[in-house]
Amino acid sequence: MRPIRLIAAAFAAIAMLASGLAAAQQPIKVGMSMPQTGSLGAGGKAALLALQMWVEDVNAKGGLLGRKVEFIVYDDQTNPALTPGIYTKLLDVDKVDLLIAPYGTVPTAPIMPLVKQRDLLLMGNFSFQVNRTVKHDKWFNNAPWSDAASWSDGFIGAGQKLGAKTIAFLAADQEFAQNLANGARELAKKAGLQTVYDQNYPPATVDFSSMIRAVRAAKPDIVFVMSYPNDSVAIVRAVNEIGVGDSVKLFGGGMVGLQFTPIMESLGSSLNGIVNYNTYVPGLKYPGVEEFLQRYAKKAVEAKVDPLGFYLPPFNYAIGQMLEQAITATKSLDHKVLADYIHKNEMKTIVGPIRYGPDGEWASPRVVQAQFRGIVDKNTEQFRQPGKQVILHPEQFKTGEVVAPFEKVRGK
Amino acid sequence: MFSFELLLEAILFGVLLGCFYAAVSIGLSVSFGLLDVPHVAHPAIMVFGSYCTYLLGLYGLDPIVAGIVLMPVFFLLGVGVYRFYYESFEKRGTEAGVRGLAFFFGIAFIIEVGLILVFGVDQRMAQAPYIGTSLSIAGYRIPYRLLVAFGVALVLTAALTIYFSKTFLGRAIKAVAQDEPALRLMGANPVRIKQWAFGIATGVSALAGAMLIIVGPVEPSLDRLYIGRTFCVVVLAGLGSMTGTLAAGLILGIAESIVLTLFGASWAPAVAFGLLLIVLGIRPQGLFGR
Repeated sequence: MRPIRLIAAAFAAIAMLASGLAAAQQPIKVGMSMPQTGSLGAGGKAALLALQMWVEDVNAKGGLLGRKVEFIVYDDQTNPALTPGIYTKLLDVDKVDLLIAPYGTVPTAPIMPLVKQRDLLLMGNFSFQVNRTVKHDKWFNNAPWSDAASWSDGFIGAGQKLGAKTIAFLAADQEFAQNLANGARELAKKAGLQTVYDQNYPPATVDFSSMIRAVRAAKPDIVFVMSYPNDSVAIVRAVNEIGVGDSVKLFGGGMVGLQFTPIMESLGSSLNGIVNYNTYVPGLKYPGVEEFLQRYAKKAVEAKVDPLGFYLPPFNYAIGQMLEQAITATKSLDHKVLADYIHKNEMKTIVGPIRYGPDGEWASPRVVQAQFRGIVDKNTEQFRQPGKQVILHPEQFKTGEVVAPFEKVRGK
Repeated sequence: MFSFELLLEAILFGVLLGCFYAAVSIGLSVSFGLLDVPHVAHPAIMVFGSYCTYLLGLYGLDPIVAGIVLMPVFFLLGVGVYRFYYESFEKRGTEAGVRGLAFFFGIAFIIEVGLILVFGVDQRMAQAPYIGTSLSIAGYRIPYRLLVAFGVALVLTAALTIYFSKTFLGRAIKAVAQDEPALRLMGANPVRIKQWAFGIATGVSALAGAMLIIVGPVEPSLDRLYIGRTFCVVVLAGLGSMTGTLAAGLILGIAESIVLTLFGASWAPAVAFGLLLIVLGIRPQGLFGR
């Protein structure tokens, strides 16, 4: 071989080696869209902070497979029309290695066909039943529920214990709320409860006084409400002003927003007596969650997001932990390998151990139903104390029994 | 499930809700109805007013007092905004309408993003003794916050009606709405009069913003919810009629409340906007328009 060729071959070998090394040093890109504005913006910001904490933690430990983790996030404005475009960009332009779904059902649903078509792993983020019809085998939801029954069985069960015979429904006229309300309707029917009032309201409803009056006139034993944050506040206010009547033993169920600190703080004593779903409340003993929440609380003040962060942040941090566990165990970024691992193994997270069913939802759902008690006005710190939200369900985490009737608990 | 008592309650609450709709629309009735300015930023300015009320509330100021205190500040803001709009768009001629629309959409967007940056996307609420409590009369429990909205709507309508019919400047504003060249021939400056009127419309929005945060929680994007409703009230009323605005608000509120109570909440917005289409079909100038 001529010297010139030898030199050229040596250069080529060095270049190949260098590019290989460079590839090895490139960060692992994790991409997602997260609502930072719009109706889910408040929750989205808190959730994002938790995910960023996981990225910081994992990079402080040296990253994954010897590579740093890079987080690429876009604001989807809680607009489902934007998410397919964002995820296409994440995959084709940003070339991300792993995907996390946006917070919420509505922004997630439009990306499911794309993810299924490309056969990608998708870590779900508090959506409800988006995989029911798609049946994607690489979908894993971080939310502690599975079907609609898992969401409301604790609530209906508490009503049955109180000897309830009749039920009223008040539900937002949107897919997510309707899916849940339909599940609750089926459960109520199975439990032999007679429906005496059933109202779906449009998302732009300004005042709920009329509906609360109609509920009171129907004299139900249980009132199941499936509402969004703005509506939840207006409904609680209307209940406080007008009253739901002495017949009501149990009120609440699926009110989104009553988990968020600014809303809980503003509503204060108006919350007393309401039994509502949650994902985490103080008193639930998951290993590591209290330490996480202490660290989160400090960062939340700077980031101007939900200072308590009970609802979404621990479960978002858990997404990172699950990815970390799967990648570390399999030493792979292959989506099929990772999905197989998550399907077959128990995931150890700060929200407790998680095992997945074939549909990518929790095999043993843990939706909490808790009753607000002894809440006073204008005090955020009180919500950190166990006992302000008494856990009625699941049975293994129970911290007390439901107290009724509703108006009496409220001191009305 | 029909009962006469329920219908009566629905009408009562419809009146209260209608007055609230009128209170949040009356500023637009001046800016869009009288001045023909495509003021789509009206709800955004109201939401801005709500946040200012919230801020003053942190210093212990009652929301209604805060709304009144903010009125002169918002008046000056309105004067400034109109001057900019006039110099940049209206002065330049025929395409002012479309460009002005873009201008006011821009303002609405800037306000929304600004509020997100400063306050975040969380909901904000006002605290006052009349929020979350109710008045009991003959078995009915009426929320005080809706009674406050009722009172404010009546006072605003009466004040603006008297102002536009009894004062020199008020009549000049009506004149500029009817025949601007004629007013110019009389030696008056229509631009300054419009500027003043837009200031009044914006000042009124401050109080309407206080109403907004009294009636319910606010968040930066709440303005989107009110664009349709406020324009509906103003167009239904007939452009520029203050008493008409109150009447249109009442019609909308009562229709929504009855439909919501007796037929189903999902039908309420459809009935309200259906009503608008029917009225416009029969009287294109609106109920009280000339």
